[in-house]
Amino acid sequence: MTEAKPQRSDMVIEIAAMNKWYGSFHVLKDINLRVRRGERIVICGPSGSGKSTMIRCINRLEEHQSGDIIVDGVELNADLKNIEHVRREVGMVFQHFNLFPHLTVLENCCLAPMWVRKIPRAQAEETAMNFLRRVKIPEQAKKYPGQLSGGQQQRVAIARSLCMNPRVMLFDEPTSALDPEMIKEVLDVMVELAEEGMTMLCVTHEMGFARKVADRVIFMDAGQIVEENDPESFFNTPQSDRTKLFLSQILGH
Amino acid sequence: MAETFVPLPSLPPPSGSVGVGAWLRTRLFNGPVNSILTLVCLWLVASVLIPLFDWGVIRGHFVGSDPQACRDGGACWLFIGARLRFFIYGFYPDGELWRVNVVLFTAVAVIVALAIPGTPGKRWIVPGAIVGMPILTIVFMHGGVFGMPVVATDQWSGLTLTLVLSIVGIVAALPMGIVLALGRRSKMTVIRLLCTMFIEVWRGVPLISVLFMASVMLPLFLPEGLQFSKVLRAMIGIVLFESAYMAEVVRGGLQAIPRGQTEAAAALGLGYWRTMALVVMPQALKLVIPGIVNTFIALFKDTTLVLIIGLFDVLATIHATIVDPDWPNIATEGYLFAAAVFWVFCFGMSRYSQALERKLHTGHKRN
Repeated sequence: MTEAKPQRSDMVIEIAAMNKWYGSFHVLKDINLRVRRGERIVICGPSGSGKSTMIRCINRLEEHQSGDIIVDGVELNADLKNIEHVRREVGMVFQHFNLFPHLTVLENCCLAPMWVRKIPRAQAEETAMNFLRRVKIPEQAKKYPGQLSGGQQQRVAIARSLCMNPRVMLFDEPTSALDPEMIKEVLDVMVELAEEGMTMLCVTHEMGFARKVADRVIFMDAGQIVEENDPESFFNTPQSDRTKLFLSQILGH
Repeated sequence: MAETFVPLPSLPPPSGSVGVGAWLRTRLFNGPVNSILTLVCLWLVASVLIPLFDWGVIRGHFVGSDPQACRDGGACWLFIGARLRFFIYGFYPDGELWRVNVVLFTAVAVIVALAIPGTPGKRWIVPGAIVGMPILTIVFMHGGVFGMPVVATDQWSGLTLTLVLSIVGIVAALPMGIVLALGRRSKMTVIRLLCTMFIEVWRGVPLISVLFMASVMLPLFLPEGLQFSKVLRAMIGIVLFESAYMAEVVRGGLQAIPRGQTEAAAALGLGYWRTMALVVMPQALKLVIPGIVNTFIALFKDTTLVLIIGLFDVLATIHATIVDPDWPNIATEGYLFAAAVFWVFCFGMSRYSQALERKLHTGHKRN
């Protein structure tokens, strides 16, 4: 493996010495993370360890108080223009889907392309139908989210994000709110997306998914990145005691 | 070999649990106490309705115009017919009534067009009406142009005045309420403070005192020459007062929208105004349709309070007419008519809101 430093332009996300507080509570401590284009990263850790907060900082749903976050070459600061640029280029999938219940599936997918990217309706709908076919629910396009199952809703949410043609996709525990029967259909879509070369950051406890697609697994606890490694080494030879304990708890049965 | 799972077939419900007989038995006569209560209630309803029906319909007088016909003690509906012109148009000059009709019929046409689903060009009707109706109203009802003589707003009265005040109030209070509600939830301290103050001040004052201030105090503070009519002042008072109430209704809806909705919109790159207009407001307003219509209905009935500053709304015209010596003992008919007029409009609004709720109900439907 060559030690050549990656080109700056290869880096989609650069987080350096980032800290965040909720009031006086220090949630994220000295986070350093660089994500290369096309890289697939799985973030795991016990609840309350700050993993969701960290990826929510990447599209400024949460504000960091010190350190730098540079996404797609744009620094995240108080400048609304920068925030809007980053949000256009970064897609996000939430634990609870957060589809817009008053709009049909198709309208959910077309809303942002039409209003943010100013794409004409016909073209936006065509793109949306393509992505709905890719997540295998084109026949649900005219239904409302409330009429779909959880797994279907999450796949619509993924399609909705993809319609903005993002450079990075953030997944915040995308399968945690799903019934066991529906987890697989969502993971299948995510695996497919990973195989197509999408840059992905996933907060998830699906270790099978991590083994299968991740380039790197990051383990967080108490607001810090405790360990990061390729999945093979991470699962077979974890370095820190905390990681070993966590792995024994989630893989123990 | 694995067994194939076949669900049991669905069976019809046991006999006697559906149908009219079952409904009567379970809802009205399930047990001795409830049977007695049902009979008592029926007797109470009958003892009020039968005499009322006898007085109002069987012995009532419906045709003719002679007060003498009503000497026998039955309801005298002739009176309503004879005074209908006054109830509707008030003191508006006789020869100019067509001008009011033009405005009222246009308003009715707009409302009907909006209420019927599938009217072509609906998206142009609302902005068109918001811009066009006030102009139409001022041009026709006030006059002074196109050879129409001026009819001062003092002469606007009766049902016409009630409708003008309440439609203006409804059309202006909703958008103002939305802006105030957003302002009260703003992250910007000054805007939040101003909106909160506005809402709390107007909500904390009775409408009667608002109207008194509008009619008595306001002219004292305004410079000479900048005096506008009493109707306009009452209108402004009603709009400001009701928009404070509307703001709190809308805010209730905003608070019911989960944070995930704004986060999802933000993550897609939608800014504050688009998030509000496309994602949050459609859901919030739908949730508070009952509250919004409640406020509209209250506003419609509150317009009767303009009586106190000397304006003649429909109730005031009826009130003024029942002392007419030509028509003795006419108060009951008059007030019943007033009640019926208000009820028809309020019930209409209520039904429309229910239809709207059903039409917009998509959020939690699964079929």
